[in-house]
Amino acid sequence: MAKPWDAIVVGGGHNGLVCAAYLAKAGRRVLVLERRHVLGGAAVSEEVFPGFTFSVCSYVVSLLRPWIIRELELSRFGLELIPLEASFLPLPDGRSLCRWADPGLTRDEIAAFSKKDADVYSEFGRAMSKMGQFAKPVIDAPAPDPTSLRPGELLKLLRLGRHFQDATPDEIELRLKLFTMSAVDFLDEWFESDVLKAPMSVSGIIGTFLGIRSPGTAYVLLHHYMGEIDGAFRSWGFARGGTGAVSNAIAESARHFGATIRTEAPIERILVENGQARGVLLENGEEIRAKTVVSGCDPRRTFLGFVGADHLPDDFVEGCKRYKYRGSSGKVNLALDALPQFSSRPGDGLHLRGDIAIAPSTDYLERAYDDAKYGDFSRRPYINVVIPSTVDPTVAPPGKHVMSCFVQYAPYDIKEGPSHWPERREAFGDAVVDTLAEYVPNIRELILHRQVLTPWDLEQEFGLSEGNIFHGELSLEQLAFHRPVAGWTRYRTPVQRLWLAGSGAHPGGGVMGTPGALCARTMLDGGAV
Amino acid sequence: MPRPTAFHDRTFERCKSLLYKEWAGCYAVCRYDTYHEREYYALRHAATVMDATPLYKYELRGADAARLLSRITVRDFSKFAVGRVAYTTWCDEAGKVLDDGTVTRLDDRHFRLTSAEPSFAWLHRHATGLDITIEDTSRELAALALQGPRSRDVLTNLIGAAATDLRFFRALPTRLGNREILVTRTGYTGDLGYELWVENGGAGELWDAVFEAGRDHGVLPMGLDALDVSRVEAGFVLQGVDYTSARQAWIERQFSTPYELGFDWMVKLEREPFVGQDALRAEHARGPSRRLVGLEVDWEDFEALYDEFGLPPHLETMTCRLGVPLYADGGQIGQATSRTWSPTLKRYLAIGTVRADYARAGTAIEIEVTVEYERRRARATVSKLPFFDPERKKS
Ligand SMILES: Cc1cc2nc3c(=O)[nH]c(=O)nc-3n(C[C@H](O)[C@H](O)[C@H](O)COP(=O)(O)OP(=O)(O)OC[C@H]3O[C@@H](n4cnc5c(N)ncnc54)[C@H](O)[C@@H]3O)c2cc1C
Repeated sequence: MAKPWDAIVVGGGHNGLVCAAYLAKAGRRVLVLERRHVLGGAAVSEEVFPGFTFSVCSYVVSLLRPWIIRELELSRFGLELIPLEASFLPLPDGRSLCRWADPGLTRDEIAAFSKKDADVYSEFGRAMSKMGQFAKPVIDAPAPDPTSLRPGELLKLLRLGRHFQDATPDEIELRLKLFTMSAVDFLDEWFESDVLKAPMSVSGIIGTFLGIRSPGTAYVLLHHYMGEIDGAFRSWGFARGGTGAVSNAIAESARHFGATIRTEAPIERILVENGQARGVLLENGEEIRAKTVVSGCDPRRTFLGFVGADHLPDDFVEGCKRYKYRGSSGKVNLALDALPQFSSRPGDGLHLRGDIAIAPSTDYLERAYDDAKYGDFSRRPYINVVIPSTVDPTVAPPGKHVMSCFVQYAPYDIKEGPSHWPERREAFGDAVVDTLAEYVPNIRELILHRQVLTPWDLEQEFGLSEGNIFHGELSLEQLAFHRPVAGWTRYRTPVQRLWLAGSGAHPGGGVMGTPGALCARTMLDGGAV
Repeated sequence: MPRPTAFHDRTFERCKSLLYKEWAGCYAVCRYDTYHEREYYALRHAATVMDATPLYKYELRGADAARLLSRITVRDFSKFAVGRVAYTTWCDEAGKVLDDGTVTRLDDRHFRLTSAEPSFAWLHRHATGLDITIEDTSRELAALALQGPRSRDVLTNLIGAAATDLRFFRALPTRLGNREILVTRTGYTGDLGYELWVENGGAGELWDAVFEAGRDHGVLPMGLDALDVSRVEAGFVLQGVDYTSARQAWIERQFSTPYELGFDWMVKLEREPFVGQDALRAEHARGPSRRLVGLEVDWEDFEALYDEFGLPPHLETMTCRLGVPLYADGGQIGQATSRTWSPTLKRYLAIGTVRADYARAGTAIEIEVTVEYERRRARATVSKLPFFDPERKKS
């Protein structure tokens, strides 16, 4: 028999791949098993229609940690990121607001709506950036364990504490507010104009089943200000070739360091013997043994699916069940015959080379939430549109375009029951196109192909439980010390030799790579592998 | 006052920032927008067009053109085929570098030399007794750099399938409408790219045709700021920044030899006499005492220096040409002359010169960093150049 693997990584999502790459780089024998025929999980590019490559799920890259890009040499393995130019908000009345990287231009645009907000906008940016600086050490390291007295932990707490101590009373108040208020209430304290509050508040609810007026949603706003130095805080970008290019570069790096990667290799179970993970059983009956098993899948799939409640302590199983998924978003990808024309800003321009928000007012967003509360998708949803083909000519034939629409709300639990989503799929797609048509009158004529993904599809095709895009809501009570289950925040699990490296681990979802990297680091530092 | 190039109408129309600077006596765009990043990213992801006209250009015609080039530069041009282009450097009698540039062989009797500084008199000085005429076309010939991963597609739209066959460092004379143009597969960005050469009179037409050909390929005009970032990634030295021309050098340590600049691969010592040959032979035997190297600043360490002050790390987004000292083992061992944050590699890079015993890739040194007017040092590692070397450059 061949030498056993040091680690089997279940799931070739970007986090699983990052973990594999780090373990391989440290000289370990690593095998990655991915269920689908392509790598990347939710960070994937697929040529869904000939000539048109969609970033099927995740469509912008912002939080991918630069240290991971450096350490895994991702540029050398083909990763190239292109920053977004602007945030464009078209309004149904023909007006519009564009926020640019250029502060002067942005100020002029905002001043057309509110002179006061035009000034406050940059103050807000500064305040949030300072806060982001405080939060950065938190997302770049394993969540500190406040109950531990190990010197390392104390040091980490001190590190956070020091940043806390340096804070002025104003800053401390700001932090407390961020942790307790709703996104809209928080923004109300700064701005008077809805054209800022509406699109900005949305960052607080992405991937949650909460409304912009739900408490605690303010904190997530901060994530937008935690960018790196690439041109102040312009760290949102496209990966050339689609988001899958991120995963492909990580996979190339992992292979370079010696990892073996298999696709179309779905596993059925993680083999647990005497409380220890011993390997995996594939759906085809093949059994592969390893010293450790790492799961890049979400906590529900991992623990309640692959491991099984029998092998887990009751309180942990309870914790897993309490952990909320509640997927609330879908995706519509369009192949277009030509560049769409927005009635509020006709013609080509830089406003199309950023993200475009269909979020005309806070009331609009609240109404969208109302539909969802009663078990339906929003008739007029929040849509985040990007047209990556405007800056990345590799994703569409010359002159043609791909348009990615991230849509919220589309609750997993629709009133007919989740499994009835396939019957509602096209109606959902129509609602999105109808909404777009209010801003882009000729959109229907431009559509060559349409791909609609409901939360049900996200679960069935991508293995995201309840269609949650982040492996569990990124809400305050499910972050840091609590992710995924209190007491089990350090990538370890109650099953010995089984580790969790996906977005369900700290610091959470998004194409960030951190859970995978920190999991590998924790395993290596602890001599687990 | 600088003079406009033949593309000035076109660049001026698009240069929203109104930021020009002087380059070899001409107006050259720094950046078209408030920031240069968009141009940088277009270069690395699509394609860009840059006015490279200010370069000095000389036409060497006659039976002895190859002989002159072999005599004055460090390379041997005696067997240099028509249609080839070469990067070369030239020295004074003491073997100290004067300048660097490209040589293109257009036909049997015709070579073109480009340089950063005027070289007319110097060429003449060495031409006595040779069958050669030297014509300065610096102000008659316009040049456009078309660079980036999509540049081949754009060029194919422009001149047809011949574009696909043009290999790295080769030249292709062709026509655009009724104008003759020369296409060379060269550039200063380290990416797939071309340079297009045309008489001033055809400049406007060429510019328009290139943008028309690039319409579906995301082509943008690019200025010198974005170029400066890309050339550091590509590990290209800049005369006057990373080294001082022997013409300008004042004291001994300001002079450089080709070996110090990493031009070893160009120098062909064993052949007919050429300018600086004896000195270079000696230098080669001795080994250079300094070396131009790539440097990578340790980002975590750099960040920590700022963190001490409660600040997020700060860097200019453009290439900084302010030299700073490099240290090792308690003493200064050289200087970093160009520093840039590479948006592609997410690394803080520099080009510098260090004592030869510190020049091996992987050597740990320190670089001076000033935070809040206080001098600090960050760890840095010597690395090979180029930093960024995509396959497409030569493929
Ligand atoms: C529609 C959508 C839009 C999004 N937009 C953004 C965005 O713009 N920006 C952003 O930063 N984030 C975005 N996200 C979130 C982000 O994509 C995810 O948080 C992230 O990609 C999750 O990565 P992961 O590696 O942790 O897990 P996953 O990508 O979920 O990886 C898990 C892997 O396990 C595999 N797997 C499942 N079951 C098995 C099995 N039985 N055997 C073997 N393998 C299995 C899956 O196929 C998958 O490849 C979006 C997500 C979605 C769904």
